[in-house]
Amino acid sequence: MDITVNILLTIATAATPLLIAAIGELVVERSGVLNLGVEGMMIMGAVGGFGAGYLTGSPWIGLIAAIVIGALFSLLFAIMTLSLATNQVATGLSLTLLGLGLSGMMGTSFVGLPGERLPNLNIPGLSSIPIVGKLLFGQDPIFYISIALTIAVTWFLFRTRTGLTLRSIGDSHTSAHALGIKVIRYRYLAVLFGGACAGLAGGHLSLVYTPQWVENMSAGRGWIALALVVFASWRPWRVLAGAYIFGAVWIGQLHAQAFGIPVPSQLLSSLPYLATVVVLVLISRNKRLTMMNTPASLGQPFVPDR
Amino acid sequence: MKKLLIALMTTTAALSLAATAEAADKLKACWVYVGPIGDFGYSYQHDQGRLEAQKALGDKIETAYLENVSEGPDAERAFERLAREGCKIIFGTSFGFMDAEVKVAKKFPKVMFEHATGFKTGDNLGVYNARFYEGRYVLGQIAAKESKSGVAGYIVSFPIPEVVMGINSFMLGAQSINPNFKAKIVWVNSWFDPGKEADAAKALFDQGADIIVQHTDSTAALQVAEERKLHGFGQSSDMIKFAPNAQLTSLTDEWGPYYISRIQAALDGTWKPDNVWLGIKDGAVKLAPYTNMPDDVKAMAEATEKKIAGGWNPFTGPVAKQDGTPWLKDGEVADDGTLLGMNFYVKGIDDKLPQ
Amino acid sequence: MMRLELVKRPQRSLLFSMLSPFIAFGLTIIAGAIMFALLGVNPLNAFRIYFIEPISQVWQLHELAIKAAPLILIAVGLSVCYKANIWNIGAEGQFILGGIVGSIIPVMFPQFEGPLVLPLMLLLGMVGGAAYAAIPALLKTRFSTNEILTSLMLVYVAQLFLDWMVRGPWRDPQGHGFPQTIQFGDSAVLPQLMPDAGRANLGFVFALVAAVAVWLLMSRMLKGFEVRVLGSSPRAGRFAGFGPNRMVFFAFTLSGALAGLAGISEVSGTIGQLQPVISPGYGFTAIIVAFLGRLNPLGIIAAGLVLALTYLGGEAVQTALGISDKVARVFQGMLLFFVLGCDTLIHYRIRLVGLAAQKPETTAKLDAAAKLGEAR
Repeated sequence: MDITVNILLTIATAATPLLIAAIGELVVERSGVLNLGVEGMMIMGAVGGFGAGYLTGSPWIGLIAAIVIGALFSLLFAIMTLSLATNQVATGLSLTLLGLGLSGMMGTSFVGLPGERLPNLNIPGLSSIPIVGKLLFGQDPIFYISIALTIAVTWFLFRTRTGLTLRSIGDSHTSAHALGIKVIRYRYLAVLFGGACAGLAGGHLSLVYTPQWVENMSAGRGWIALALVVFASWRPWRVLAGAYIFGAVWIGQLHAQAFGIPVPSQLLSSLPYLATVVVLVLISRNKRLTMMNTPASLGQPFVPDR
Repeated sequence: MKKLLIALMTTTAALSLAATAEAADKLKACWVYVGPIGDFGYSYQHDQGRLEAQKALGDKIETAYLENVSEGPDAERAFERLAREGCKIIFGTSFGFMDAEVKVAKKFPKVMFEHATGFKTGDNLGVYNARFYEGRYVLGQIAAKESKSGVAGYIVSFPIPEVVMGINSFMLGAQSINPNFKAKIVWVNSWFDPGKEADAAKALFDQGADIIVQHTDSTAALQVAEERKLHGFGQSSDMIKFAPNAQLTSLTDEWGPYYISRIQAALDGTWKPDNVWLGIKDGAVKLAPYTNMPDDVKAMAEATEKKIAGGWNPFTGPVAKQDGTPWLKDGEVADDGTLLGMNFYVKGIDDKLPQ
Repeated sequence: MMRLELVKRPQRSLLFSMLSPFIAFGLTIIAGAIMFALLGVNPLNAFRIYFIEPISQVWQLHELAIKAAPLILIAVGLSVCYKANIWNIGAEGQFILGGIVGSIIPVMFPQFEGPLVLPLMLLLGMVGGAAYAAIPALLKTRFSTNEILTSLMLVYVAQLFLDWMVRGPWRDPQGHGFPQTIQFGDSAVLPQLMPDAGRANLGFVFALVAAVAVWLLMSRMLKGFEVRVLGSSPRAGRFAGFGPNRMVFFAFTLSGALAGLAGISEVSGTIGQLQPVISPGYGFTAIIVAFLGRLNPLGIIAAGLVLALTYLGGEAVQTALGISDKVARVFQGMLLFFVLGCDTLIHYRIRLVGLAAQKPETTAKLDAAAKLGEAR
């Protein structure tokens, strides 16, 4: 029984940064903006979170720093794509490039230092209940934030007026503009939210997952988060499901190896990517479902005419 | 901004002249690293060696390096650049640099080249390597003593001889204490992905391993051991700071002494291409202080270390291959060629070696 | 509180389409100077080493050509995709597959030699890249699956496939167990252009030829018109009788073939064997090159050379000044940012609007340029 709980905990840790970054990107894409810079914002969050945590000795300050740095970094993207109407794909890619480079330069002095880890939740009585105690009441704080974010974003997008407005902007920025909605302002806020989430996801890497700083420690997780958003056809709960499925495949292949199943490890390592492709195909085959959810103006620059 | 620009312009002429004039009589020693020096692992340790050399030889030398050089066309350019920029002795630190270094060495016969872990030599090209497997034998013995479940988790990067050699040596060490000792092996296909290494460590612990060994560079696996109150071994550098209660010892690379001796030889004019495989006795392979273990285990580890330093080879027969066919007869010692090309497991390993 | 406001120009500004690359380069230099100053080195000296020194020696010019060739080849193909509004970002995978498929002859039939070997290898390389690119194209046309994500995911698969090949079936039996194939025979190696002066090989010629050919295709032929129409307005394209699905296949296979050609040229010309990693991210860097060159094949030649220079310069400052190699990445990112930002000036006028009072129109242009600098 213990092993099942442990595996579930491991999957949760692997899935949490993916979930958070993907939820942020989901809001961005729902507003009609495609930010391919998730990997860059994430790694900036990781270095910022580690740095602030290490220098102040408080992982909580690190956590806040990660969020702030992620948001600030995404501001660059927002100014470029929203105020200057540049191509979103190219701008996102250069954001990633810049993030990987800058984080490496900023982090030089943090290499080889043990970081501060955010403590796991520990509620006397509850956390020690067999099986469910650890799963429900004994995880790291960012895990709870990720679940809360999923709930909050679902509620925001589908239950509030502002959420409805945001989605309408994503579907047609021209009609939204015609209705007098401040398209650019909404998108700025969405991009900043996405950046904050990516930063938080990066903070999870350097403050919980592996409390240390090394170059390129995000190791492609930002890209997977991007895939998850499409995988989930822009639905928060499906992002959550996707992140956990992905985490399960990821952890599962390690367990399969440790168990001694003789499959080429390269094949096992490529499974998550192949699985993403397959699922992408499966969901996009269903035209109605995709059409309903895909933000129609995704990736198109918008310049309000006056 | 304008002011800054003007200020910059006025200093142009002076600087472009001054830049090349200094340091003509110092010997320039240069390094090419395959990873970023910020990896806190393999390339980091080589760079520590460079810094040691710089410190020891002071103003007799100057040093330079190129990091993150990918194996292939970039490597050839890296070596050529350093040779042209006046480096007198150049260390290439990754196996994949071999052919590039051979080519450039032919082109610059007056420059001294050294290549780590390769097997091609030349008139001005020497090779050096470290017998990390010696240390892994000690790790195996400690693991077998300290493990309660009799199972170790072994996280590995890629199935190259160096790594296979390490697994075999570790198992021989462990079997010398507990013939039924088992190791579960996970290939992560990366030298460096902290998240994946942490996940692998968790998976191995979950499947019953209680000691973690790694042939990857990050500290992540040890941090997991620390969290779970289990034990493990560090790799490349001393990782005790990351896992004060979990690290038993760490298998560290110490390139400094070698670099100092070779650069000193270059200074003295006595440098000759060499083919050395350094081990515990040369100080190139070191075991970090033994911690978190009882005194008798510590004594045993120290004794084994001494025995190996005295010239005993962990690959001394009788040893059988995985399928039971005999490999080394009683008292027979494996030759270096076989070790450097090792692509088979010894008896008692459950994993199937990826081919 | 200030905010930027874009005002569409009645037509694209000729002045700014000429000036914008220079403004962008100038801004990059200024930002770079600040960065160098922060790192504690003299910016002018750093710039001399970064941008001038690498192009002042013949052997380095050859290195520049070697580095630029794959970037240009891939970017030229990608420019067609992006003009058609098709987002192939998996060129890295197509490059790798081109390298693998192109190596079938020298690795599996090393006894087969002669003048036919090289053309066949190049052809196979192009087929390999094109076939791999056809996967996202097929998924997009059949199932309307987002090509950005499928092409990207296939990059990781290709990398692992290459890894498996060189560690498994294709490993050199005499290679001491190291992960690499046998060295290619002489007839499988792409010849060098001027062996006495440096290493540059035919790959650079391929890049130039491909750039000119695609430029002709795009500017002088109906196909190019079709690409542009479908790219800017799929509806109009359909009315004109152009098939969007055929276009997806055309753009993907063309760019895949060029990426594959780049892959096999790199393997045959500069590496001489297959190894676990054959590209330091050329497929991704080429995306930047395509945009730096404004999706114009001739512009891409220039952009490829500039980007290659940022790599060489990065190495030069590393050895000379001990600056981290991350500088090159930061430079590339900044350069692309500034180019994208300045290109906005071609189509738009930028006005700075204060919330209290609006500024007069005349000073706005100047402000815009200044603002661009401060914004980052």
